[in-house]
Amino acid sequence: MEPILQIKNLTHTYGIGTPFQRSAVEDMSFDVYSGEFLGIIGHTGSGKSTLIQHLNGLLKPTSGQVLLRGKDIWAEPKKIRNVRFQVGLVFQYPEYQLFEETVYKDIAFGPTNMGKRGDELDACVREAARLVGIRDDQLEKSPFELSGGQKRRVALAGVIAMEPQVLVLDEPTAGLDPAGRENLMANIRDYHRNKHTTVILVSHSMDEIAQNVDRILVLKSAHVLMSGTPAEVFARGQELLAAGLDVPQVTRIAMALRERGLAVDPAVYTVRDLERQLLALRKGGAVC
Amino acid sequence: MATIIQTENLKYAYPVEEGEKQTFALRGVDLEIEKGSFVVVLGHNGSGKSTLAKTFNGVLLPAGGKVYVEGMDTCDENLLLAIRRTVGMVFQNPDNQIVANVVEEDVAFAPENLGVPTEKIRKRVDDALKTVGMSEFVRHAPHLLSGGQKQRIAIAGVIAMEPACIVLDEATAMLDPIGRQEVLSTVHRLNREKGITVILITHHMNEAEEADCVIVMDDGVVAMDGSPRQVFTQVDALRSMGLTVPDTVDLLDRLQKDGLDVPLDALTVEECAGAIAAALRAN
Repeated sequence: MEPILQIKNLTHTYGIGTPFQRSAVEDMSFDVYSGEFLGIIGHTGSGKSTLIQHLNGLLKPTSGQVLLRGKDIWAEPKKIRNVRFQVGLVFQYPEYQLFEETVYKDIAFGPTNMGKRGDELDACVREAARLVGIRDDQLEKSPFELSGGQKRRVALAGVIAMEPQVLVLDEPTAGLDPAGRENLMANIRDYHRNKHTTVILVSHSMDEIAQNVDRILVLKSAHVLMSGTPAEVFARGQELLAAGLDVPQVTRIAMALRERGLAVDPAVYTVRDLERQLLALRKGGAVC
Repeated sequence: MATIIQTENLKYAYPVEEGEKQTFALRGVDLEIEKGSFVVVLGHNGSGKSTLAKTFNGVLLPAGGKVYVEGMDTCDENLLLAIRRTVGMVFQNPDNQIVANVVEEDVAFAPENLGVPTEKIRKRVDDALKTVGMSEFVRHAPHLLSGGQKQRIAIAGVIAMEPACIVLDEATAMLDPIGRQEVLSTVHRLNREKGITVILITHHMNEAEEADCVIVMDDGVVAMDGSPRQVFTQVDALRSMGLTVPDTVDLLDRLQKDGLDVPLDALTVEECAGAIAAALRAN
């Protein structure tokens, strides 16, 4: 697979020359492949937010590079705006950034800035709204009349409408209830599947990451601690716990079962998988 | 046991513009909250759980029915100060409830307003910060703290009023797992050591594992009320209300349907693993 984004020896230091000088990202290197669904996890202060603000040039590296399709995004600083159209960033609590009179106008803001007009504009606004589950009759409403979950969908549609090649989502489900979280993640999964775009999901929730992504990048104190498929990462459950990170509850049950001498796979992270393994154990009678 | 908060057929409807249909966020809630207990209120968005919390210290006043705080009617304006002194609230967004530029000033804000003498304020602030484990940050700027730390400052500000009850309205929703753990262990300690009644509004099921009592709100009424074990073992009912059950209960429920002899109420990871291991050995 071909990398769409390459992070090379990225370092970002805040407050250089002040007593508060601190590197939030330090010598970080990794690739993001075209079309993949990548999860980034790490607790507060691990450098997640600083990192993702480099992906579309909101922050400039103190040293190191961010390459988009092989080209340094800062090669021509005046064209950084184009990078922002190609890498769409959805911040935490994006509903606080809604400002237009109608849902339609709010979604149309980004693509209008890109120069889209008329039928082309209309088509991408409607398509984006459809992808996130906003009904046609809601388009002429004020976004402020909508519920929290719907507002968040509108904000997400505003970024999707720019048809970015990489969509970066910072904690998209924070503060939503379980049903709202699942609905929104289903929309994002559909979007990823149907549009074949690269999606980067930043989350605190190991469960959410485990159930959605192809590959996980675990950050710890400004560095990449590990990367791999969910099964590879969760197989190192003890290490994650030692690093102060959470592991999915199912993985913790599996770990506790192993301590009790049951031969379950430590990399299991869904209820269904663990159920299957336990039933196989019962059949095999391989319990000591 | 004594009751600290009691609601009687409590109803509430948010104001609407003329011509729009009024819908009730609370449609007749009868509750009694025991003094010194740790109560978790669960429910999906729009179930009425936050509306309910805001009636507990008169932020919202009933449209019908009554709320009594230690016997005081929240509708009686003359009692409002005494009620707010009894029931302190911590809200969802840590950035919206910090008022001062220095941590100690922020914590001192409420006792100052209550007219507590200066020398007593000093002691209350220091004690409150110690209780939430934030003593070393006394002269820090709140905006430079993490979300979990900010929420602990907000809790310290409430504790400095010496309330008998603290209501946390989704106070952990915007925090990361570590921040959430900090806040939870702080309120559990307050409950245990100081006997403060804690009412925690949340949609994180696992925050309810250690509660004395779990109340599930659905469509403006109390749908379930009982111990965590009684509530979480009602798997199908919870799902039908748009709530999830802990993965431990989900797994046990599936295994039970597969014919394995496991209980449903092994809520914690350790209990669950123990129950499964025992069942497989007996098999």
